[in-house]
Amino acid sequence: MAATESYPVNLKYHREHDWARIEGGEAVFGITWKAQDMLGELVFFQPPVVGSTVAKDGVYGEVESVKAVSDLVAPLSGKVIAFNEKVQSEPESINADPYGEGWLVRVQLSDPGEAEALLDVEAYKQLLVEE
Amino acid sequence: MPELKRTPLFDRHLALGARMVPFAGYEMPVFYDGLISEHKAVRSDSGAFDASHMGLLEVDGPGAHEGLQRLLSNDLDRIRPGHAQYELMTNEQGGIVDDLIVYRRGAESYLVIVNASNRESDVRWLSERLPTGASLRDVSDDHALIAVQGPGALARLGLEPAPTFTFAEVELFGVSCTCARTGYTGEAGCELICAAENAGKLWDGILAAGVVPCGLGARDTLRLEACLPLHGQDITPETDPISAGLGWACALAKEFTGVDRLRAISAEGPALRLVAFVMDHPGIPRQGMPIVPDCKVTSGTHSPMLDMGIGMGYAPARKIEPWSMLTIDVRGRPLWAKVVPKPIYTSSRNYTDTQGEWLRRGRY
Repeated sequence: MAATESYPVNLKYHREHDWARIEGGEAVFGITWKAQDMLGELVFFQPPVVGSTVAKDGVYGEVESVKAVSDLVAPLSGKVIAFNEKVQSEPESINADPYGEGWLVRVQLSDPGEAEALLDVEAYKQLLVEE
Repeated sequence: MPELKRTPLFDRHLALGARMVPFAGYEMPVFYDGLISEHKAVRSDSGAFDASHMGLLEVDGPGAHEGLQRLLSNDLDRIRPGHAQYELMTNEQGGIVDDLIVYRRGAESYLVIVNASNRESDVRWLSERLPTGASLRDVSDDHALIAVQGPGALARLGLEPAPTFTFAEVELFGVSCTCARTGYTGEAGCELICAAENAGKLWDGILAAGVVPCGLGARDTLRLEACLPLHGQDITPETDPISAGLGWACALAKEFTGVDRLRAISAEGPALRLVAFVMDHPGIPRQGMPIVPDCKVTSGTHSPMLDMGIGMGYAPARKIEPWSMLTIDVRGRPLWAKVVPKPIYTSSRNYTDTQGEWLRRGRY
């Protein structure tokens, strides 16, 4: 079941429709409601290897719907410490709950200061209007 | 960008909340509630598709039969009025200009349904080659075409079962239509052709009977599970029917455009064949991905019924036996896929049906 459109205020947003929830020196990444809505029902999640490093604005994995493939873009740099195994077996969790059950990876941040370059919720919503 | 055309059911699609996309010059629904649930509705019961973007051509008059017989691959002498036949329209090299279904209405009268993307080029191709006595009319814009597909489709419409590839005039929900036992999902069902102005009434009746509206997304996944080729992807002017496994629709004993070449390919055996495959690893094959080393996936998707990646593509003759392994390059990840018998999946048959038999024979 698809979630209703929402953009939590406690997240930071990347213009490629990815989000980050910063928790101390770590962050959780996922894709926004808009991203899952554009893709449609998700059926596949290709996670990064745990222990690998991801760079801000770089591709760290893929999600696919029946019709389309999308790169996952890292909002921040760091080392992958976990990915969501439930999403790997049930990718539809991303559609149902993109900010909760549908989280994708947890990262140990290498440069928390990078977060300043991300969008806050108002700026991200403005981007959606402009697109 | 040229203005997109709308089918007579456009307003119905918007009212149902469809996600609309451009396809073959039309603004068409890709899904309503969700592709996967629509797909499963067709496999388990019934779904309705607006296929009004397809090209409807009427070919009538003296020479119509002989003319089509020389341009199309199958033997039209084998069908009587009220019967339909699958055809390839081939060029001089045996390449596939289009695939289509002819509906024989009379001795010299045919309805021809062609792919939306090829409608204009097909009209040109046919009008340049049909004898002068035969007339060709493109009646697409005057009609709607609604496909109702699935094991429960005919019962939902109150229609008696009839042999596939037959058609009759019927009245459904107060609308006169041609009801053909044809389709593009691998399931039983029908395709209904009615006057454009009656399309809404017919559509409303079909949905009120409990048939689920389905978009082009499910149409593509259903046809690929059933291993029905899509022109422009699996078959093209550069590929021939023999290599595509469509030799059954080619009457090589008769004369038609490109037949000499097709006889030669048939006699020699094609170098490549269109095979169906399922992925052995998580991953979804997509059109254009390499089948290592030098072939390509022509259609690929995620199978909603099998919950895994499936596809079709051309493979060398030594790789065409079921259970042969292929390597597919999925964006840099080389993944195993296994060749399987067609169809990959329909409600009545799927590729695992014959697995035991093949393994017993040691042919893997």
